[in-house]
Amino acid sequence: MMRFMLLFSRQGKLRLQKWYTATAERDKKKMVRELMQIVLARKPKMCSFLEWRDLKIVYKRYASLYFCCAIEEQDNELITLEVIHRFVELLDKYFGSVCELDIIFNFEKAYFILDEFLMGGEIQDTSKKSVLKAIEQADLLQEEDESPRSVLEEMGLA
Amino acid sequence: MGPVHTVYGPALLCAGAGCSQQFGAQPQWIWFLSSSYVGAHSTTLMPTVSKGDGMRGLAVFISDIRNCKSKEAEIKRINKELANIRSKFKGDKALDGYSKKKYVCKLLFIFLLGHDIDFGHMEAVNLLSSNKYTEKQIGYLFISVLVNSNSDLIRLINNGIKNDLASRNPTFMNLALHCIANVGSREMAEAFAFEIPSILVAGDTMDSVKQSAALCLLRLNRTSPDLVPMGEWTARVVHLLNDQHLGVVTAATSLITTLAQKSPDDFKTSISLAVARLSRIVTSASIDLQDYTYYFVAAPWLSVKLLRLLQCYPPPEDAALRSRLTECLETILNKAQEPPKSKKVQHSNAKNAVLFEAISLIIHHDSEPTLLVRACNQLGQFLQHRETNLRYLALESMCTLASSEFSHEAVKTHIDTVINALKTERDVSVRQRAVDLLYAMCDRSNAKQIVAEMLSYLETADYSIREEIVLKVAILAEKYAVDYTWYVDTILNLIRVAGDYVSEEVWYRVIQIVINRDDVQGYAAKTVFEALQAPACHENLVKVGGYILGEFGNLIAGDSRSSPLVQFSLLHSKFHLCSVPTRALLLSAYIKFINLFPEVKATIQDVLRSDSQLRNADVELQQRAVEYLKLSCIASTDILATVLEEMPPFPERESSILAKLKRKKGPGKLPDIDENRRNVNGSSEHSENTDTTNKVSYVLNLNSSPSTGPSLLVDVFSDSSTSASVDVSEDNFSRFVCKNNGVIYENQLLQIGLKSEYRQNLGRIYVFYGNKTSTQFLSFSSFVTSSDILKTHILHCLIASYPIIEGGAQVQQILNIECVSDFTDAPVLNIQFRYGGTLQNIAVKLPVMLNKFFQPTEMTSQDFFQRWKQLGAPQQEVQKIFKAQHPMDTDVTKAKILGFGVALLDGVDPNPANFVGAGVIHTKSTQVGCLLRLEPNAQAQMYRLTLRTSRESVSQRLCELLGEQF
Repeated sequence: MMRFMLLFSRQGKLRLQKWYTATAERDKKKMVRELMQIVLARKPKMCSFLEWRDLKIVYKRYASLYFCCAIEEQDNELITLEVIHRFVELLDKYFGSVCELDIIFNFEKAYFILDEFLMGGEIQDTSKKSVLKAIEQADLLQEEDESPRSVLEEMGLA
Repeated sequence: MGPVHTVYGPALLCAGAGCSQQFGAQPQWIWFLSSSYVGAHSTTLMPTVSKGDGMRGLAVFISDIRNCKSKEAEIKRINKELANIRSKFKGDKALDGYSKKKYVCKLLFIFLLGHDIDFGHMEAVNLLSSNKYTEKQIGYLFISVLVNSNSDLIRLINNGIKNDLASRNPTFMNLALHCIANVGSREMAEAFAFEIPSILVAGDTMDSVKQSAALCLLRLNRTSPDLVPMGEWTARVVHLLNDQHLGVVTAATSLITTLAQKSPDDFKTSISLAVARLSRIVTSASIDLQDYTYYFVAAPWLSVKLLRLLQCYPPPEDAALRSRLTECLETILNKAQEPPKSKKVQHSNAKNAVLFEAISLIIHHDSEPTLLVRACNQLGQFLQHRETNLRYLALESMCTLASSEFSHEAVKTHIDTVINALKTERDVSVRQRAVDLLYAMCDRSNAKQIVAEMLSYLETADYSIREEIVLKVAILAEKYAVDYTWYVDTILNLIRVAGDYVSEEVWYRVIQIVINRDDVQGYAAKTVFEALQAPACHENLVKVGGYILGEFGNLIAGDSRSSPLVQFSLLHSKFHLCSVPTRALLLSAYIKFINLFPEVKATIQDVLRSDSQLRNADVELQQRAVEYLKLSCIASTDILATVLEEMPPFPERESSILAKLKRKKGPGKLPDIDENRRNVNGSSEHSENTDTTNKVSYVLNLNSSPSTGPSLLVDVFSDSSTSASVDVSEDNFSRFVCKNNGVIYENQLLQIGLKSEYRQNLGRIYVFYGNKTSTQFLSFSSFVTSSDILKTHILHCLIASYPIIEGGAQVQQILNIECVSDFTDAPVLNIQFRYGGTLQNIAVKLPVMLNKFFQPTEMTSQDFFQRWKQLGAPQQEVQKIFKAQHPMDTDVTKAKILGFGVALLDGVDPNPANFVGAGVIHTKSTQVGCLLRLEPNAQAQMYRLTLRTSRESVSQRLCELLGEQF
């Protein structure tokens, strides 16, 4: 079971965090800081796995972003690498050549996509089509609800 | 707005290999041109929000934050936004759903930036009941991320979830299930654990909902297994392995694996279904599975999960099933030899993920020699693969293969490759794996080579892993020593190369061995004498040298080059450079010298008599010098010889260094290097022994009238009257009045830790027994007793027993407690076990006190005083005036009162220095309201504590408990 997934930039900014076990906020912050330090210090050709506390860390860098998962002793490292890749593919398909800013400005979408893909630290569906269909269905529902708004109204000036 | 993606940063995925590195190096320059940007919300700089709902206000806010040049500016901007949102939420104008969603989303963003959020929960809960999907979705996201144990809110959230689960709208149902899985709290498990199984197995449930329901149930089963009922649905869940929809099968396999680990017998039927499914996948053409084919690999995730499920069981007994599984595994191994269907790393990763999982299963079964040897050969190929990841995994996987008797020899053939990896790998984590594998493959035939390689690697090894390598070398050298001169050389080398990392256990052990084996004593004396000649030798060597020469220096004294005086001068030349414990050890060596060599007696007495010894500032050294000097002057040679006789042999026991390595690595992680390698099908070894969270449930109802005093009745629940003879430990009892977790008892052998949780009149205590020694505890049992009055209401009392608790292991026991009515006494936990042949009896008073069943109550000042007056009868009030036993710190006092279980009410007492609290004690029969007031007097260092409750006995007991805390 995956314990958590983190996305952070080369500059050490956390972009997304998903915890699959109950963890106190303080511990989360500590763990994030510690892991970022370890992962950012590693050189490009090093192996993508490392032991950390009682967990296995699997990470991979995509452009400016590091995707970093913590899995348990008996979990499969290679398939976790591909979990990361499939998630990136989903983001890419949804946003259309995704980049870090898409995830910053549409963080809630990134969380929704991740939720459709992984649940409780286990994979829910591995089919790209099924996951995107679920997300797009949601978007369709959403567009039906939304009535267009003027920019002024948005900014609270109307 | 246009398609401006290329303007604002590198894409995460791009076609050409290696381009990510190149793009990654490019600065995101556009975001640093912020000065011209302030205030001008230019559309070109905002990313296009092409999909879904454009919450422009949110995008503006996010880019404002990104433009902040300093942390202070960011905090300022956030505070402004928080003030704005707060005023909107509090405003008279009712917010429409859209604005509510936008503001909740902003709050979420602020929280995820790392700031605290203390409002907005209510608005998020409101969003749950919206009919609009996006609003609901944001509401759920907020709750999933920021869930709060606020009980009112949980009720409202559960209500929202309940409505969505009943809505029969699959998208709404999915949102609700996701929320339950994300939060996974006990409250939610209590509310929904019964409902979800029926959603999962109902015939008309949509596939996507089934998937969510399966994983939701999995999560609840992990967090609150006691609340997820097994039942008629379990059989039907197994049949989901046959489902047409591979997504459903994937989710169900995860659920079944977890359930099967807990109760294998209930899910045995899954074996044949899993094998059938796996067989269909591995023999399918890659296009058959359509979207479930990943880079030309058929359903890799599902394959891995099925192989994992099969690892919950021994090899199938049914011959046909067994051969079908073997076929599958062979097919997977064959595929590894086929040329790749794609050059993409995703293809090889997915394919090898399945392969490694198959190898794990082969190792787990440990019954098919051909498969084991094939697996080993396959891993051997990976050892030299150009992908670092594969080399790492191959080393790791081979480690477990080395402990199988079938493949041990095959693993050994790769020794040169592994040694080479140790020397050439650039990544320390890979080198670490190589060390582990060398350790696992070591036996009598290759021990000398492996130990030599590890020693030479030690000189350049990373500091982080040195201590572990030292331990491994020491263990291997001892275990496979044919002649002990080699062993002594190896350990002295260890001290020379990595003296700082040689722990006490290591050098104690070499001394134990030398003392126990007289064939090596002379050699040891000679070798340490030579090693001590080095101008700078490690202090650990001085310790070993001092001890060994003190015992066996006489064996080399015949040689004039190592005459008694030379030996003594050599040791004494190191004396001044050493720390106090080493000096103390050397002083003992000197007195032993006086016995061994009467000719140096005068020299040594002079040393002992010098001021730097007799008047040493360190008490231990001074005492030794005084006593040894006197002893050497007064005692006759006979007496000296008796007192200072050679050390008797140490009793044989488990190597203390092995125990240390086990502690370091955790029980499951250390490969078994025993010469009797695991026999055919060692699966029993994988199961229970390491997982000792054997759960025994107690239900203990406490009920007591105000009478006190322990019962004289013999405890009917224990088979002998052991508890009567043992003193009940209460040392830590009062420390648990204001806290629920901690260590309740500890001696040299055993540590008992508690974690407790209480809700209303129910409580649960997790008791952890930790074996602090390196030796097994045998026939460990524990049971709870209580005085006769407490005991009249015990419904069940099971005795927890464990045949063995391994050295360093911990086991867990669960006690369930129900408070029937108020009580004074506390139950006693009795523990009995055998350690090294003697029966140990321990009794500990369990910290179950009345105040544990408090629920805090918030109330206004007016309410408080009204109730205070109502409880004005003299017998309802108890007061205690006492002297402060701890420093009078306001924060500590507050924490203690909160820990006691009541709500701390601010602004009630006119004197702000006083503390006022309120709460309700829940028992099965009644609830007792309770008000308390604590008045500190800093000048006099005194407190006055007043309690008012509707029952005299309760006021009395609470006052006793709390009165001891300050």
